[in-house]
Amino acid sequence: MAKILMKGNEAIAESAVRAGGLLYFGYPITPQSEIAEYLAHRMPEVGGVFLQIESEVAVANVLYGAAGAGARVWTSSSSPGISLMMEAVSYIAAAELPCVIVNIVRCGPGLGGILPSQGDYFQAVKGGGHGDYRCLVLAPCSVQEAVDLMPLAFDRADRYRNPVIVIGDGMIGQMMEPVEFTEQQFPPLPPKDWATTGCQGRKPNVINSLYLDPVEEEKLNFKLAAKYEQMKKNEVRYEKFRTDRELECLLVAYGTTARVCKTAIQRLDDEGIPTGLLRPITLFPFPEEAIYELSQRARFLLSVEMSTGQMVEDVRLAVGRSKPVYFYGRAGGMVPSPEEVVDAVKRYLAGGDR
Amino acid sequence: MKVIFRRPESLSVTPTHYCPGCTHGIIHRLIAEVIDELGLREKAVGIAPVGCSVLAFNYFNFDFQQAAHGRAPAVATGIKRARPDLIVFTYQGDGDLASIGMSEIIHAANRGEKFTVVFINNAIYGMTGGQMAPTTMPGQVTTTSPRGRDVNDVGYPIRMCELLSSLRTPAFIERVAVHNPKQVINARRALKQAFIYQRDRVCFTFVEFLSTCPTNWGMSPVQATRWLEENMMPYYPVKNFKTPEFTEGQNAD
Repeated sequence: MAKILMKGNEAIAESAVRAGGLLYFGYPITPQSEIAEYLAHRMPEVGGVFLQIESEVAVANVLYGAAGAGARVWTSSSSPGISLMMEAVSYIAAAELPCVIVNIVRCGPGLGGILPSQGDYFQAVKGGGHGDYRCLVLAPCSVQEAVDLMPLAFDRADRYRNPVIVIGDGMIGQMMEPVEFTEQQFPPLPPKDWATTGCQGRKPNVINSLYLDPVEEEKLNFKLAAKYEQMKKNEVRYEKFRTDRELECLLVAYGTTARVCKTAIQRLDDEGIPTGLLRPITLFPFPEEAIYELSQRARFLLSVEMSTGQMVEDVRLAVGRSKPVYFYGRAGGMVPSPEEVVDAVKRYLAGGDR
Repeated sequence: MKVIFRRPESLSVTPTHYCPGCTHGIIHRLIAEVIDELGLREKAVGIAPVGCSVLAFNYFNFDFQQAAHGRAPAVATGIKRARPDLIVFTYQGDGDLASIGMSEIIHAANRGEKFTVVFINNAIYGMTGGQMAPTTMPGQVTTTSPRGRDVNDVGYPIRMCELLSSLRTPAFIERVAVHNPKQVINARRALKQAFIYQRDRVCFTFVEFLSTCPTNWGMSPVQATRWLEENMMPYYPVKNFKTPEFTEGQNAD
């Protein structure tokens, strides 16, 4: 199939439809409203459901109900809207229901602004809602990768019976790039024999997260923890860029920021400063082993983010005290330029700002 | 020998956790009877709220989902939009529906979601131990209105049937009571009608049950029945508010 030029938000929507994400519930918020607008006309064409709901609080609870009834269901929003969904996401994780949530992150905190940011890293990766749970978090760095990750997101949501968050900054949602839709094959999924589809010919199913008996609640907690361990074992994804050599600096960046870093690396090469990039594609599970391994051939690490320093904490956990880990970030909707990254690398190389 | 009374198949065999004199048990039974009578058990999905009836899923013998506080109408929307063939109802108390879940109920009703809402109004928060609800009567003493509900400070109790009736979309809205046999028979009729409308994919259906909470009202069950009659019924009239223009079986498959 030939490549076509598409805006990130619309490409994400189309990819979800092709992956069988035929039930979408949402609430408008910039910079991702094109997803809902696209689906409002697309879903009727494919026999799917598009419904605009009264709030993000309700949207996520609609997802709970639909997922509980066995549907492949998803939504999208941006940072303040995602905060409102956190109540139900906690319930969805507890009741082990599959769903996909796309967060086209804008800057914050509070109402913030509508420009790109990576300030929702903590929320996405560390739980976000109340209680002890994790979401699988996928972070595309291009429109094409967003398209490619959507089918995986649905598959893994079903396979793990867990919410999957696709996190893209406002840049991924708003920019246009050429994309190609290719069909992905996955192993067969187990039947959703736990869903509330009517109890004909079986015992009643209950979708629930209430465990008043601490023994039972702890059992659930450990069961969920074991699932997250499985994710850590099987789902870590990352890209290595120019790391097959001895490095002065290993950059760690995801999403749009990783692309900025790639340009910076080329310029640093021109100046004879060999630098590599590790780009996490899964933020949870985090590629800590790969980062540790690569850190051993670098003098120091630099986490580059559109935040005041969030992922850097996980980079530090990954390398411990074996190497210095520094941080460079822009926030408030500002995107770091390659020159800024080059300057930051050179500054730390010279021993400044330590 | 003719069987004239037995446990509905839709009720499970589970000892109740509800307090003596509480009307949840009667309402659970009415739902089970109506679902049995209409032959809907194998298509039924109930949604339990947060509140005393959070464990409702233990008492019914069909599929159930347990919802976050107030969000049952959103959960029901998800189930019904995913599977319009299922028979879906929410079971919600007054704190759940008329306070924290006000947005969800109004918008589900206004979209005309074709499920049934069973709304339990006992004018108080039961599970958390007797705090003031949006439906608490003027002057009624609760743990958070120890001098009685002061309408100058917190306003008058919310009448959900009247509020929802002001919307154009929702089409079947009725308030019933279950504190004596006559009211129980009437309540059963209204509830059955609601499930028939849902089965025939006619409209959003809403049945409010005036209920007693002897434990948190600090009364005997008999006193509570009298208090409901004397205080709640004049303010919350038992009647049909809206009925769709529809003949039974019109939309049936």
